[in-house]
Amino acid sequence: MKKMTIKAFAATAMLMLAPVAGFASGGGVHLDHVKIDMGDKASLQRGFKLFANYCLSCHAASYARYNRTASDLGISEILLKENLIFTGAKVHSPMHVAMPADGAKDWFGKTPPDLSVIARSRGTDWVYTYLRSFYLDPKKATGTNNTVFKDVGMPHVLWELQGWQEAEHDEHGEVTHLKLVEPGSMQPAEYDAAVRDLVNFLAYLGEPAQLERSRLGPWVLLFLLLFSFVAYLLKKEYWKDVH
Amino acid sequence: MGDFNPNAKGLMGWIDNRFPLTKMWNEHLAQYYAPKNFNFWYFFGSLALLVLVNQIVTGIWLTMHYKTDGALAFASVEYIMRDVDWGWLIRYMHSTGASAFFIVVYLHMFRGLMYGSYRQPRELIWIFGMIIYVALMAEAFMGYLLPWGQMSYWGAQVIISLFGAIPYVGDALSEWIRGDFVVSDATLNRFFAFHVIAVPIVLLGLVVAHIIALHEVGSNNPDGVEIKKNKDENGIPVDGIPFHPYYSVKDIVGVGVFLFFFAAIIFYAPEMGGWFLEHDNFVPADPLTTPPNIVPLWYFTPFYAILRAVPDKFLGVVAMGAAIVVLFLLPWLDRSPVKSIRYRGWIYKIALAIFVVSFFALGYIGTQHPTPTLTMLGRTFSVLYFAFFILMPWYTKMDKTKPVPDRVTFTKH
Amino acid sequence: MANDGVDLKRRRFLTAATSVVGGVGAVYLAVPFVASMQPSARAKAAGAPVEADISKLEPGQMMTVEWRGVPVWIVRRSEATLADLPALNSQLRDPDSDNPDQQPSYCKNINRSIKPEYLIAVGICTHLGCSPSYHPEMGGELGADWKGGFFCPCHGSRFDLSGRVFQGVPAPTNLRVPPHHYLTESRVLVGLDEKGAA
Repeated sequence: MKKMTIKAFAATAMLMLAPVAGFASGGGVHLDHVKIDMGDKASLQRGFKLFANYCLSCHAASYARYNRTASDLGISEILLKENLIFTGAKVHSPMHVAMPADGAKDWFGKTPPDLSVIARSRGTDWVYTYLRSFYLDPKKATGTNNTVFKDVGMPHVLWELQGWQEAEHDEHGEVTHLKLVEPGSMQPAEYDAAVRDLVNFLAYLGEPAQLERSRLGPWVLLFLLLFSFVAYLLKKEYWKDVH
Repeated sequence: MGDFNPNAKGLMGWIDNRFPLTKMWNEHLAQYYAPKNFNFWYFFGSLALLVLVNQIVTGIWLTMHYKTDGALAFASVEYIMRDVDWGWLIRYMHSTGASAFFIVVYLHMFRGLMYGSYRQPRELIWIFGMIIYVALMAEAFMGYLLPWGQMSYWGAQVIISLFGAIPYVGDALSEWIRGDFVVSDATLNRFFAFHVIAVPIVLLGLVVAHIIALHEVGSNNPDGVEIKKNKDENGIPVDGIPFHPYYSVKDIVGVGVFLFFFAAIIFYAPEMGGWFLEHDNFVPADPLTTPPNIVPLWYFTPFYAILRAVPDKFLGVVAMGAAIVVLFLLPWLDRSPVKSIRYRGWIYKIALAIFVVSFFALGYIGTQHPTPTLTMLGRTFSVLYFAFFILMPWYTKMDKTKPVPDRVTFTKH
Repeated sequence: MANDGVDLKRRRFLTAATSVVGGVGAVYLAVPFVASMQPSARAKAAGAPVEADISKLEPGQMMTVEWRGVPVWIVRRSEATLADLPALNSQLRDPDSDNPDQQPSYCKNINRSIKPEYLIAVGICTHLGCSPSYHPEMGGELGADWKGGFFCPCHGSRFDLSGRVFQGVPAPTNLRVPPHHYLTESRVLVGLDEKGAA
């Protein structure tokens, strides 16, 4: 019986050590890691600009409000109105999409999903890799396909920036490598940085409260340490009675 | 008692003539004598109460903004997270509280397993506690539907379909539970009613019963020694100390430390890497697409793994139910002459270790895509899980025990 | 349990210290719960200032915009109407708008407005919250000396064309003038004055 315990322990230990990351991401595609930094306001602002210019024309972020987003990111209301709102929406309204949902369904086969919480559902690594993994595929109506999201209905919206990639296949027809065949307005490293800004912004957008969360966290924890310490002294004092 | 005392002084005197306030205070706190040798494991009872209060208060506040409507529910949660001042904190307190509740309750139950807290005369305390646990599972399950994300939706769909395994009435029954042919707005509304009113009332009543039964027979302790057997000339157990102030001040320290970890999760990892808030639940419920890997929340996964370990649908449900039912029978399965693990022999210690390992392993397997290896492991651990209970009457009797002392062991630090 | 040698002072101090620290924590914890019941960002967005284009308003005409769920009237008054206003003073409860709660300081004048022609007022009777109706015509069913104004159908309160309340009616105060300012010659923003106060 003792032997069995050890075996059981070993088995469990092995199970526990199995990569939890695999559980989170799902699928077999390798995802590139992206560093998320809520403290990098400049990156968040650039991300917001990309988001407003490229994403919001088809996708909504209807749980987020323009003015809240702008004030969280340190963007003035005037700048917001002049540079970031293209739908004629009011500053305090949610980020709705200009395109009617029915039309979108006809064009893409599916209404483009709301992006408010996309970074929380897909994960930032996924979005980062996805936006850099479009490649030319003449078989598709959009002319492109994606290694992370096969047969995706979305066209390569950022092609002007990245340019076009072509896929190299192995003998089983699996994509092994993406090769830039026509450069865009950005160098590859520049494009990666831009996508990183965009994903950083999406991470913010998924949970605007995280800024407040990390600001308050240390104070709450410090307070609880103080409280526990005082309470511990009190306990010590009373338990002097107990022999 | 009961006679009006015309000489009673002050506000307390006035109240005591009309309501047994002082009497209750004394019975349950100031003159409730608890063994002085409680250790770390004895924090979790009061912590469970704390989490219950947290869930009720934050829950009430969430209902002020939540919309019970299939078309609005998901958006209303995001509304709470963004538009309501501090809504995010209240929501995270509630979602983290749900997982914290199970952590605390599992540790509380494990304490009972280690020290034989379910043994005579505490069988009813254990039974009430088990009913609380089952009610809590129902509460958590129905509450998890309310955010109306993909995991909410498909989790409910799968669990409700389990009732379909019951012969003859199954399909009609699961349809009746849903109030529709699939999980729908009707299901959401009734789950909301149960989650915010019915089950919490039952839970509160059960908690009162659990504590009344405990205070009737007195607390067990890490030595499993009955302190009431050894009383001084005033009828006070010599190894007992008044709950208030000694354990009230001690429990406050526990509260402080617990809240530290609780707050750390809320402020730094509210999703807990997808274990407390699942990634797929940030996608609105879609009755037409099932997420590729659907798993229940972590606190259900051991039972889910047992369900999947059995290749037959009906028998799987039976096995899962049995895994919970056997816990109720514990007081009558344990035949050891001693209560506490401290005086039991090696057989029980190993059996308990295997049980804990099986529980964790099943919990892990329940979160994974079934592969042949995992299914095999799931079956093995399911058998071990049940073996702990089924073989208990024999191995606890066989086990060589150590003599139990008359007094509790206590070293002053 | 021996109670000899107990340092009661230290015990009392630590009890007080724990209570105070715990109490402070409880108050801080109450803040989110109380604050969450304030108007949310959505309510504030819905209650945000509204812009009105008054370019098409003819003298004597009234338009209504919705601000924070209540009607706000914009009335363009004729020169003749404005000339009639001082004559009514003796019949009014608060002819000089002395009650500071009923209008911003920049509207404390006989016209109760920024531009004399345009009256901007919350169309809710100060009696019990009905919305009065606009009666710009002279005389008629409201009596021979009626110079035009607002009449509340619920309890018969009367206001002149500056929203000033008459004597002898149930309404206690003049109609409220909301904070507002002109963005351009013909566009007015209701709900926010120039200094940004709501």
